[in-house]
Amino acid sequence: MIRALLLSTLLATPALADEIWVTNESDDTVSVIDVATLAVKATYPTGERPRGITFSRDFKKLYICASDSDAVEVMDPETGAILHDLPSGEDPEQFVLAPDDKLLYIANENDAVTTVVDTQSRKVVAQIDVGVEPEGMGISPDGKVQVTTSETTNMAHWIDTTTHQIVANSLVDSRPRHAEFSPDGAELWVSAEIGGTVTVFDAATQTEKGKIAFEIPGIRPEKIQPVGMLFSPDRTKVFVALGPANHVAVIDAKTFTVERYLMVGRRVWHLALSPDGTKLFTTNGVSGDVTVIDVAALEPLATIKVGRFPWGAAARPTPN
Amino acid sequence: MKNLVASAFLVLASQPLCAETIRLDWLERQVEPPPVLSNLAGDPADLGLAGARLSVTDIATTGKFLKIDWDLHETVVSPADDFLTAAKKTLAEGAKVLIVRAPAADLLALADLPEAKGALIFNTSAPDQRLRDEDCRANVLHAIPSLAMRTDALAQMLLKKGWGHLALITGPQPEDRAFADALKASLTKFGLSLAGEKDWPLTSDMRRSGAAEVPLFTQDLRDHDVLLVADERGDFARYIPFNTWLPRPVAGSEGLSAKGWTEVVEDYGAAQLQDRFRVAANRPMQDEDFAAWVAVAAISDARTRAGKADPATLRSFLLSDKARIAAFLGQPVSFRPWDGQMRQPIPLVTDRAVVAMAPLEGFLHAENELDTLGTDRPETLCKAFGATP
Repeated sequence: MIRALLLSTLLATPALADEIWVTNESDDTVSVIDVATLAVKATYPTGERPRGITFSRDFKKLYICASDSDAVEVMDPETGAILHDLPSGEDPEQFVLAPDDKLLYIANENDAVTTVVDTQSRKVVAQIDVGVEPEGMGISPDGKVQVTTSETTNMAHWIDTTTHQIVANSLVDSRPRHAEFSPDGAELWVSAEIGGTVTVFDAATQTEKGKIAFEIPGIRPEKIQPVGMLFSPDRTKVFVALGPANHVAVIDAKTFTVERYLMVGRRVWHLALSPDGTKLFTTNGVSGDVTVIDVAALEPLATIKVGRFPWGAAARPTPN
Repeated sequence: MKNLVASAFLVLASQPLCAETIRLDWLERQVEPPPVLSNLAGDPADLGLAGARLSVTDIATTGKFLKIDWDLHETVVSPADDFLTAAKKTLAEGAKVLIVRAPAADLLALADLPEAKGALIFNTSAPDQRLRDEDCRANVLHAIPSLAMRTDALAQMLLKKGWGHLALITGPQPEDRAFADALKASLTKFGLSLAGEKDWPLTSDMRRSGAAEVPLFTQDLRDHDVLLVADERGDFARYIPFNTWLPRPVAGSEGLSAKGWTEVVEDYGAAQLQDRFRVAANRPMQDEDFAAWVAVAAISDARTRAGKADPATLRSFLLSDKARIAAFLGQPVSFRPWDGQMRQPIPLVTDRAVVAMAPLEGFLHAENELDTLGTDRPETLCKAFGATP
């Protein structure tokens, strides 16, 4: 859905100045990478400990979880100026924006709460009790179901976005970090960092369809810690960032088999695709850089130095 | 809420349909705190217990969604009372899974009770090597690191830094001697050498005279890279740094130390656990708090994954390679099937920061790098686990 929007934007305007925005958790900055030149073209200060990052649907606003400032900051991506804060609850780590652009679902890591904020009225609409240390935030393409995963409770909580009530809870492996709906909304993928697995659920019935484990020659199983996940532009593959294993797994979205492992920088956490879908960007926390992968060839293209401990990433097509 | 429960049933049809209550027992042998020189605060009264309590709150959230109630019973035996009498009473009341804070002798006496045969006991405080070797018991798992795990972590750091010549000062208490022995074994294991060694004999009050006494006491030690100190009660070692004859860093019980957990551990999401603990207990989290916390977390994980909470099921899951318990240390922790010791990364810390995490990069192992710390399968003297030839 997002991607469809991105692609249509692209058809209208040539991809000259597309950007990838990366939060640097230990530097309190965002780095702006020019997709064409693969160079950092700007660095803007943010609140303390920026982690989750996402754009409004029109790309005119950038939302940043400034975790230690206990705020979601709204930035003007044209100038890097912070326009205002949104009330976020304590320690916002990650969030997801509803497809209608209105509600932001925020995981409050320290409070075991999902906070729902109206981005227009800037008011808290609801707070939902979830498990301990919520982090992974996904929303179905039709916007009807939001999923929060809780790291210490080891569950995916399925939240009805009309009533803001939990309608189901699904157990996953240890320390779930990320929840990603398939673009058609039929599946929910949840990564478990310490469990070392990805669980795929049938979204309609919340039943488990499959579980994916990883094995990389020469790398200890305990180093394989899946976190960020992203569907490829053609929806045939899922990319999974494997944390301190320093690789991204490429999974066949139909058969759930791992097709390939791509070496990236150290402690890879989150992923973003260039708006034209040709390049994948990975945030490598420990090495403080971003690896660029050619999506067609599945080969690393470049490494870009950003700030200290890059965490999240989001793409913005820039209309010229 | 009704809605939630109904859906939870659909999702987790394999779970029992009626609420399940699982009893956990905290069993603590209080000891008279040993006298130390410093008048600053000693151990908190709820050391360990506060970790168990927080962990029960944490797992209660999973329990709420799975319809499992965790019920923590607390038995604290004062120094004047008989530990085994209290332990027997607890077991008779139905205790099966016990989280225990007690010295090695009491822990062993508990484990050897006929009533405790089918129980599962988690040691959260005794670091004694013998509990993992000749005195290991099949019904005891160790959530607190052994002395050898801590001293191996320190030795890896010394080797990595190229600080190969060490001197050692050992205090007069049995636990100082035990720590010093473990240190020496680790130095040998990692090819480091002891250039000099002295016992701490002084009874004078170091708070006033450290600057006068320590330089003289350390003057005749042969030159060394680092001065190691064995003072596990925290009695005299705090007065040694910056009072030494030679300007040398201090490590061991003071200075750079290796512990299962301290309040300065913050990476890998640990800051969240530290925050939760500080709010709940109104003090920082210590190693014994963490051991109790992780014991309860492991029990919950085993119950969730293995589907049953009887001691035998929990034990066999935890000793299997299926156990991958999240413990905020950057990689899953698990239990060694040859002696019941929990393998975990060991933070090397100062009072203010984590200096490094052991195992350090480059210390390799054929199966699990965590097994470069402490007693590995080929070296174990433990026979009770049936995992050794």
